[in-house]
Amino acid sequence: MALSNETIQNKLIEKFGDQVLNFSTASGILSFESSKEINLKVLQFLYEEPSLAFTFLTDLCGVNYPDNVGAELVVVYHLHNFSENIRLRYSVSTSINETAVFTASKLFESANWMERETYDFFGINFIGHPNLKRILNVDEMDYFPLRKEYPLEDQTRIDKDDEMFGRG
Amino acid sequence: MRPVRFNLNPKEAEISEAISMGKAPDGVPGDGFFATQLSSVVGLARKNSLWPLPFATSCCGIEFMATMASHYDLSRFGSERVGFSPRQCDLLMVMGTIAKKMAPVLRQVYLQMAEPRWVIAVGACASSGGIFDTYSVLQGIDQVIPVDVYVPGCPPRPEAIIDGFMKIQDLVGQESIRRRNSEKYSDLLNSYGIQ
Amino acid sequence: MMKCLEEGSLIKRVNYNSTGAIKNSMEHQSHITLPKGSIEKTTTTLNIGPTHPATHGVFQNIMEVDGERVVSTEQTVGYIHRAFEKLAERRPLYQITPITDRLNYCSSPINNMGWHITCERFLKLDLPKRVDYLRVIIMELARISDHLICNSIVGVDTGAYTGFLYVMQYRELIYEIYEEVCGSRLTTNIGRIGGFERNFTNTAFTKLEKFLNEYPKVLKEFESLFARNRIFMERTKGTGGISAERALNYGFTGPNLRAAGVDYDVRVQQPYSSYQDFDFKVPVGTTGDNYDRFLVRNAEMYESISIIKQAYQKIQEFKGTDAEVYHADVPEYYLPKKEDVYTKMEALIWHFKIIMGEIELPKGQIYSAVEGGNGELGFYLVSDGGRTPFRLHFRRPCFIYYQAFEELIKGGMLSDAVVTMSSLNLIAGELDA
Repeated sequence: MALSNETIQNKLIEKFGDQVLNFSTASGILSFESSKEINLKVLQFLYEEPSLAFTFLTDLCGVNYPDNVGAELVVVYHLHNFSENIRLRYSVSTSINETAVFTASKLFESANWMERETYDFFGINFIGHPNLKRILNVDEMDYFPLRKEYPLEDQTRIDKDDEMFGRG
Repeated sequence: MRPVRFNLNPKEAEISEAISMGKAPDGVPGDGFFATQLSSVVGLARKNSLWPLPFATSCCGIEFMATMASHYDLSRFGSERVGFSPRQCDLLMVMGTIAKKMAPVLRQVYLQMAEPRWVIAVGACASSGGIFDTYSVLQGIDQVIPVDVYVPGCPPRPEAIIDGFMKIQDLVGQESIRRRNSEKYSDLLNSYGIQ
Repeated sequence: MMKCLEEGSLIKRVNYNSTGAIKNSMEHQSHITLPKGSIEKTTTTLNIGPTHPATHGVFQNIMEVDGERVVSTEQTVGYIHRAFEKLAERRPLYQITPITDRLNYCSSPINNMGWHITCERFLKLDLPKRVDYLRVIIMELARISDHLICNSIVGVDTGAYTGFLYVMQYRELIYEIYEEVCGSRLTTNIGRIGGFERNFTNTAFTKLEKFLNEYPKVLKEFESLFARNRIFMERTKGTGGISAERALNYGFTGPNLRAAGVDYDVRVQQPYSSYQDFDFKVPVGTTGDNYDRFLVRNAEMYESISIIKQAYQKIQEFKGTDAEVYHADVPEYYLPKKEDVYTKMEALIWHFKIIMGEIELPKGQIYSAVEGGNGELGFYLVSDGGRTPFRLHFRRPCFIYYQAFEELIKGGMLSDAVVTMSSLNLIAGELDA
């Protein structure tokens, strides 16, 4: 029997109860979230359960919602089941003051650099990561640029006049 | 190699359009000799045998590969041999975006080049940061090294790269042989922090 | 072989990170003196990149080599980080297309089309079939262009420069076709949300026909230089291999994964732009080594030619007004015709809103992927109803599979590492974004 979104949802609720919430298919694929303490358990369940078999991590990224106080930083995992051709989106959120999320790099090797990139851009600390340091920006950078509070442009440049660009 | 023709109404080429004689420098010709300034002769020799160092970082590097390939051959201008060692090259062609992480590397490569050396900034990103006015992109390589010719474009067509190369050739041909030891030049280098 | 150094001898300072590999020691060029009786390392630290003729793009590998054998390596990327994701938060959807060009700049039309398909899925637009077929032609031309560069550079790295020069001539042909459609050669910004900016001219189709007639023979000749060439086979067979399970765990997609034996192709699994109407094979390798990757890319080029022929035939079947269709009828996102702008009120309003960037996006998120030259190129778009995306993340295949580089070359020779690096088709723009 082919896997369907309802089956996945039922299996997850059966295993985790009300710790997994906000199921929706509005964005084309099934997406849900949970609290960050059980993220490894959920990922492992999705990986090892034979009927679910989400063994491919397509993408891991972070999003910053500055208006959700207490859950400003969100880590989004996109998973894929090749044989059934189903995608899944799973997100966990963490507060901006206490950004510790368990690493998925023991389960998926591809999560290694993707978590480093998320750390580099948002400052999310992945516990247990073998090599958590900046990957794309210079090592000496002391802020996390993709957070909404920081501007895009380099504020120390002298040759571009912000007035002319409409952002004076 | 089969000719690849796309001109739907091809015009027969005139031989006179394809060949132009190079201009000899000013001097006194004679029967078996030609007297001119030393700097003209040195400039003529240098400009027709520049050895470029292609510092290709991104998309402009692919247009450079197209320039070096057989369609828009750059070796017609004497730069058959591209080198990757700065110690052996005259012309540093910076093609592509230079990020702040890459700037010290670019500076080190420039410092390793021996005089006389020229720099051409190919593309909008190397000239001024291009479309990337962001926290991580150096807004033009002239923040870290002195530049002689800027070639705008994103990416510039191979003809534009060749045009910039020809402007470098003009600069090389007309340069005084005392320029590199002059006060003005060492002031220029000091303003970049290079001794 | 260990030997004790005299007191006062100089050794370059090396920094070790937690896994025992050498950290990036480029900034710390200071020299320290060793105390008497210290022991020299048995391996050599070799720094390849970021400016190096072997790295086709700016990334750095710091390798520990024992003679010629690679013991371990650490990669540093980010030398061309241009902050695309932050830049995209500032721009309306159609202004993000030039940024996507610069991801995998050897096949920029695929990135552009992928982005437009993402926007159309998000905005729930339907496209006419002719637009889909035109897009397929452009995307497959871009795929040929990308694989050509990769395969010819693998040839250059093994010492065979001729193949590269020979096929670059045909890349110029592809560039001329792009120029007819969009005006630009390399970073094309081709197409719009809803279709194309102009109909393909007869010259474009003439050039396409010339390409389809002449290119297969050239590809056959290029292949005959390499595919059964003893030297090339000995250089590339058995080097840089990876098993299918490890490749899946590392997140490989695209030709690198297909060379390892898994037939995952986004065009087949989740067809976009009417790929389901085409009949093509997906070539798959066995061992995932450099030779298999070369052959998979080569075979994919033949498949691309066949797809372009089918698409061209299907386009010629459109007659009359159907043959003039090159965009969907969506005035909210696609600029209306100038005659309508000057005469009708709604068209004028839409024109103004689009140009001034005042189109509000619906709320929601979407993840959509296309088969890029290197694998699954995904776009994760989050919108909160503003005029620009709230967050746009590019799932870049190169970035994800470059992590596996250490595993691919460990224990092999240094020269095999160079060939592996180029056969993985690492494009720096896609690594860093």
